[in-house]
Amino acid sequence: MEEHLVDWSRAQFALTAIYHWLFVPLTLGLGFIIAIMETIYVKTGDEFWKKTTKFWMTLFAINFAIGVATGIIMEFEFGTNWANYSWFVGDIFGAPLAVEGILAFFMESTFFAVMFFGWDKVSKGFHLLSTWLVAIGSNLSALWILVANGWMQYPVGMKFNPDTVRNEMDNFWDVLFSPVAISKFLHTITSGYVVASLFVVGISAWYLLKRREIEFAKKSIIVAASFGLITSIFITITGDESAHQVALKQPVKLAAMEGLYEGRTEAGIVAIGVLNPKKTLTNDEEPFLFEIEAPYALSLLGYHDINAFVPGLKDLVYGNEKYNIESAQSKMDKGKIAINALKEYKKAKKINDIENIRKYQEILEKNMKYFGYGHLKKPEDIIPPIPLTFYTFHLMVALGSWFLVLFALLLFFTLKREILNHKWLLISTVTSIPLGYIASEAGWIVAEVGRQPWAIQDLMPVGIALTDISTSNVKTTFFMFLFLFTALLIAEIKIMIGQIKIGPEGGH
Amino acid sequence: MFEDLTLLQLQQFWWIIISLLGGLFAFIMFVQGGQTLLGRISKGDETYKTMLINSLGRKWELGFTTLVLFGGALFAAFPLFYSTSFGGAYWVWMAILFCFIIQAVSYEYRKKPNNFLGKKVYEAFLFINGSLGVILLGVAIATFFSGSSFSVDENNFSHWHNSLRGLESLFSIFNLSLGIALFFLVRILGALYFINNIDNDTIRFRAIKSIKIDMPIFLIFFLVFLFLLFTKTGFAYDENLSIYVQKYKYLINFLEMPFVLGMFITGILMVIVAVFLTIHFKKTCCIKTGGLGVVLTVKALFLNVGLNNTSYYPSTYDLQSSLTIINSSGSHYTLTVMSYTALMVPFVLGYIFYVWYQMDKVKITKEEIEDPHAHNY
Repeated sequence: MEEHLVDWSRAQFALTAIYHWLFVPLTLGLGFIIAIMETIYVKTGDEFWKKTTKFWMTLFAINFAIGVATGIIMEFEFGTNWANYSWFVGDIFGAPLAVEGILAFFMESTFFAVMFFGWDKVSKGFHLLSTWLVAIGSNLSALWILVANGWMQYPVGMKFNPDTVRNEMDNFWDVLFSPVAISKFLHTITSGYVVASLFVVGISAWYLLKRREIEFAKKSIIVAASFGLITSIFITITGDESAHQVALKQPVKLAAMEGLYEGRTEAGIVAIGVLNPKKTLTNDEEPFLFEIEAPYALSLLGYHDINAFVPGLKDLVYGNEKYNIESAQSKMDKGKIAINALKEYKKAKKINDIENIRKYQEILEKNMKYFGYGHLKKPEDIIPPIPLTFYTFHLMVALGSWFLVLFALLLFFTLKREILNHKWLLISTVTSIPLGYIASEAGWIVAEVGRQPWAIQDLMPVGIALTDISTSNVKTTFFMFLFLFTALLIAEIKIMIGQIKIGPEGGH
Repeated sequence: MFEDLTLLQLQQFWWIIISLLGGLFAFIMFVQGGQTLLGRISKGDETYKTMLINSLGRKWELGFTTLVLFGGALFAAFPLFYSTSFGGAYWVWMAILFCFIIQAVSYEYRKKPNNFLGKKVYEAFLFINGSLGVILLGVAIATFFSGSSFSVDENNFSHWHNSLRGLESLFSIFNLSLGIALFFLVRILGALYFINNIDNDTIRFRAIKSIKIDMPIFLIFFLVFLFLLFTKTGFAYDENLSIYVQKYKYLINFLEMPFVLGMFITGILMVIVAVFLTIHFKKTCCIKTGGLGVVLTVKALFLNVGLNNTSYYPSTYDLQSSLTIINSSGSHYTLTVMSYTALMVPFVLGYIFYVWYQMDKVKITKEEIEDPHAHNY
């Protein structure tokens, strides 16, 4: 493989995923907010709610279209840029994608047409059902793709087959109900609900600042702030479970998220901190230039026990006998044994040497857990980029906490009919729209950058997962995507702003 | 139930499903065909153009979804094809994807105020998707018969041996003939769909006129493709899974699988009948006959290339690297799980048809499009 191919392939995947993820959260949450509004309309028969539903639906459609446009590449990119990966785990990974297509995408696309064009063509009940089905369909599709992603973080339910040189699924339910997949799904979709709630309250706050669409804006705030508050509470619970799963299944990621070099019992969480750029794994520099720590919190969060030992990066790279943590070097040695055993197995198979076939199969099975480590060059390679993982994690948590407070304040003052008197709150609400997207993208960066260097945790590093292709091809498509998606994003934002300015009275 | 089937039976079952999806995707590409007819049928009249775009705009997502499902099903059922073809023929697939990316936003953004790129650009996007996108898809499918330059190593990792990364397939008359035939076929389907979906005499008249031009061109390219297909050497495998070349393989496949041949001929005849009834008897419902005809024809072509001991993705670089349904499939367990999921397909098709019927029982009219309260594209 050419030098830098892995960097460009990762950059392209990151670029397309970041763009796609700008639109998906809104679709996930706004679908439900619209469905709630339409339910109120059908229950009360009040035309105000129909108009309100239609306005938010218009914005939903603008966002949905670009979500679809940026989404198609995500599926095919596994084949185009990660061909070896596609073979090595396609037997497991492909299934959720296909199920997603059958169970979720058709539901979304079929009922989307009814939702937008069926107002006068189908009954009120059927229309409402369609709106709910679009929301459910988009969330179902999130389930399957996150099951697939969860499996990459914590591969379960499969066995390596040396004849085909791939992992083969042997328990679908283990894949579907993997604790990592479930917590990832719940945390991700609830983050989408928060982004959508911020979107609705933010735009409504803008109307209130402009002293227009007052009734519409206040009622939209009540629906969206309630939805946002409930889901913000839920997101802290799912976030706690996600962190617990990371602690158990991806301890290196957790250590990077917290900038934890030395393992500790009664470990605290850095509430606010600035990393020391001079700090390396082997020098004695302090890890932080400045930090405020919440004591015991990391042990509690990660292992649900304030006395638990949280391994640091040093423990995970160099090993820690006291806590029975194996060094990366030892895992690399075992990985090399596994890779070599596979080669010998293949040789024995060619000449039908039964004894050696059995011998090397046993060696392979014993060391398969560490197969991916055999491809690493040095033990330190198991560490993801620490600053990016650390800062994005803390940014996500800080912003998430602010959103919870914001929703509570908005609901309180709107119900007290005092919202118009609090200009500072309205301005904060408008500015929180981009903050929601930043928090959401930060969450993805924690999840995906934090698991580097693995394409599949412990089994396949990204450098091996690549398509055998020259770097110039990937560079070219990277810039093509950058150009096209940026142009489409500008179009989307301009259209969205245009529709918001028109308002619910004129938007269709 | 499915767990009792042999691996070979599951592989065949999944090839049949892939073939059906291929057929359904070809049918739903009437949307792409219709997109290339916007200028010809509207003749610059904005109301007509809006009617046409709204008619297509209520269906485009189904095509998009079918493409995604087609890819997902290939990934799960035949992952070695997924890794070999998508990673290998990089530029062809990337070009196809770009053609579809630009389609997805065009309907919604075209007429929205402040849309940054302007109406004409979004209409150009629709045309590119309907023309280049379709031709490239046809060319990509033709390589299932003509082969590509790749090898598969002992770890089942694939390597492509042409620096054009798939674009070389454009320099083959055989591949191009299918691509161009598909382009004109979906235009015919697009016109049949407009005739059925829009209640307007002018549009119907112009759509019929368009079919009269496109049908002979389609037949010429399709016959060229068929002639080359039936006279060409194909790629077969023996009981040891060793690949060899066989003269007239694809003709022989049809003769040895009379059911598939029957499906192929029935499909073609249904398209011809649909066109004939539309032109001469002014029937407005022939998208159903023609559409089903296309599903059957394309499905039969896929069955031809995948079944009867045939390599469905041959390698012209290293014959033994050629892909067959046997050496490229998922495991028995995965195919079994997927087969249970596939039981949902009739239910999904059921609700699609129900919704389609509900939405289309009232045809699109000028009045509806000109209604200021309607959600229009």
